[in-house]
Amino acid sequence: MASSKIATQQAPIRQTIKDSAGDKVFLFIVYTVLFLVLIAVIYPLIYILSSSISSPAAVTSGRVWLWPVDISFKGFKVLFDTPQIMQGYGNSLFYTAAGTIISVVLTVMIAYPMSRKSFFGRSVIMMLITFTMLFSGGLIPTYMVVREFGMIDSRWALLIPNAVWVWQVIIARSFFQNSIPDELFEASEIDGCSDIRFMRSVVVPLSKPILAVLFLMYGVGQWNAYFDALIYLKSANLFPLQLVLRSIIIMNNSASVTDALKQVERQQLSELLKYSLIVVATLPVLIIYPFVQRYFVQGMLVGSVKG
Amino acid sequence: MKSRLPAQSGFFCAVCTVQLHKADKCTPVRGFAPFKSEFLYVKRRKCTYLEQVFFYYDQSYRKRYHTSAGSHLGGIVLEKEIVLNNKLLKAKGKRSLAEEAVRSFKKHWQLYLIIIPPVLFFLIFKYYPMLNAVLAFKDYNVIKGIWGSPWVGFKNFQLFFDNPMFWPLVKNTIYVSGYLLLAGFPIPIILALMLNEVRNGRFKRTVQLVTFAPYFISTVVMVSIIMLFLAPRLGFVNVALNYFGLDSINFLGEASMFRSIYVWSDIWQTAGYSAVIYLAALSGIDPTLYEAAKVDGASRFQKILHVDIPGILPTITIILILNVGSVMAIGFEKIYLLQNPLNKVNSEIIATYVYSVGLLNANYSFATAVGLFNSFINLVLLFVVNGLAKKFTKSSIW
Repeated sequence: MASSKIATQQAPIRQTIKDSAGDKVFLFIVYTVLFLVLIAVIYPLIYILSSSISSPAAVTSGRVWLWPVDISFKGFKVLFDTPQIMQGYGNSLFYTAAGTIISVVLTVMIAYPMSRKSFFGRSVIMMLITFTMLFSGGLIPTYMVVREFGMIDSRWALLIPNAVWVWQVIIARSFFQNSIPDELFEASEIDGCSDIRFMRSVVVPLSKPILAVLFLMYGVGQWNAYFDALIYLKSANLFPLQLVLRSIIIMNNSASVTDALKQVERQQLSELLKYSLIVVATLPVLIIYPFVQRYFVQGMLVGSVKG
Repeated sequence: MKSRLPAQSGFFCAVCTVQLHKADKCTPVRGFAPFKSEFLYVKRRKCTYLEQVFFYYDQSYRKRYHTSAGSHLGGIVLEKEIVLNNKLLKAKGKRSLAEEAVRSFKKHWQLYLIIIPPVLFFLIFKYYPMLNAVLAFKDYNVIKGIWGSPWVGFKNFQLFFDNPMFWPLVKNTIYVSGYLLLAGFPIPIILALMLNEVRNGRFKRTVQLVTFAPYFISTVVMVSIIMLFLAPRLGFVNVALNYFGLDSINFLGEASMFRSIYVWSDIWQTAGYSAVIYLAALSGIDPTLYEAAKVDGASRFQKILHVDIPGILPTITIILILNVGSVMAIGFEKIYLLQNPLNKVNSEIIATYVYSVGLLNANYSFATAVGLFNSFINLVLLFVVNGLAKKFTKSSIW
């Protein structure tokens, strides 16, 4: 939206004064460089997508350059037949759904009271929260706390210890502060509305844009996370997709998937599987991305406003 | 809607009888005409003044006050500082903090109730670990627990400093993040400046959409992509090299390649995302500046140099502070996944070392000391950079 504003503001200028020859060359360079950047970013993505739907033989012999060769969905078929991967997928869906809800609820619960001027001690609490962004006890002490609460090797370990991100609290708080007028609260207070009711029936409906930002950021973060799972989980049946991915692609441990196949076929397939897995793991996020990009940008901009 | 207020005759301080400024100096410059005015005692510094106070809404509909003394009372003035004319002066005194807390608590107990779970979260998962970090000064014993273990002072830190791994670790950490900073910091700025030159809306949107997208790729997938592309035999890059008659390179096996792989893949992934913030800053630049530059015959490049860059300099400074401040806090996740025995010489950083010593070898006290050292350096760095920025550019993060 910001970009279109600039374009309309500057359109008349361009019409009245023509670009000089030097400017034309400059613009040509700009367009060329940006075009190359575009290619450099999009090419690997297309390559992976193409590989994932090519035949195993084409992938292993390096015949895929841009478009799929001998289209086959064998990789995906094998993936969906592998219980380990489907379980990881299910786990990830669960962690993302549950984790996001917990995170958003907790974030709103702390951000809203702190956005209210009548809340005593809010600056102290805010300082305490911001401080955790600058300094932390570190990996081991945190691990020991999680262990003390008996969350090691349980689903809770991925939902609770990293539930609230300070940055999101700051964004949400500044949104509440700037877009919910005090007068609204004064009016509802006179009508005998309690704080909780006010939150439920005034604040939440008025804050849809920020809730969308919170849901998306936490959701994507949770879907993409692997580190907490790596340190806190031991049982393979709890692993999220990212961890399954790690063992298959990065640690090259695809035996469990291709067990039943013949040697040559197995090798070819394991190569193809890596591409298919990447596609399967990334697609949910990248598909919704063009529709929600607006909210992400919004969230970043709210956050960049100081204070 | 702006209106000049009628000139008032002079006011005198109710206590010390000093004459106050004339009201005609008091014009609500921004915002709207006052909706009411009252004569109130206004307490400032030692004296209480009788002043005419104008109430009005500013542009964002916040209630503000303006007094006849002509001074803008600095943002939003709390009601308690302005005491109604009719009431006793006794009531004007500031309530004590305790009284205020009790009052606020009685009135808004529900808010305090709501905040308990998230505050507990921060206490348990952020502050309790900080307490646990005393482990660094102890010799951890599983049976005795954290608090029962004997104190050993700075022994663990000493062990770390004397460790032959110490300098390589610090060096690797700084090199990787220094490289990332040097290469990764200017590129989003350049990208934003170039995008800002593009007048074709669709092309601009496409570039933005596409360059932003890799940001959503998870670390695991990112590393998987790197490994697939750089694989020694079947990787895309080596296939391409062979195609042009060059020899294959085992990229991830070459320690010297590690930093470049890490940094450039990171730039590939985040440049579009980081550019957004600069684009927003660029769209906030006053368009008349561009017009003036154009009239003065500035070329596009000169315009970038003299209008765009000065315009986004405050944003650049803040992002730079944040980046330099987190030099030691470089992400563990990606480096850990990219590590292999062949490139470990350059890829073992403090964070990965803490993980392998602490969690894999269960040397808790030592690893905590190393982690604490890292956090501490980072905190100091942030303060120093912020202080420097404050001194030289007047922009800072707090």
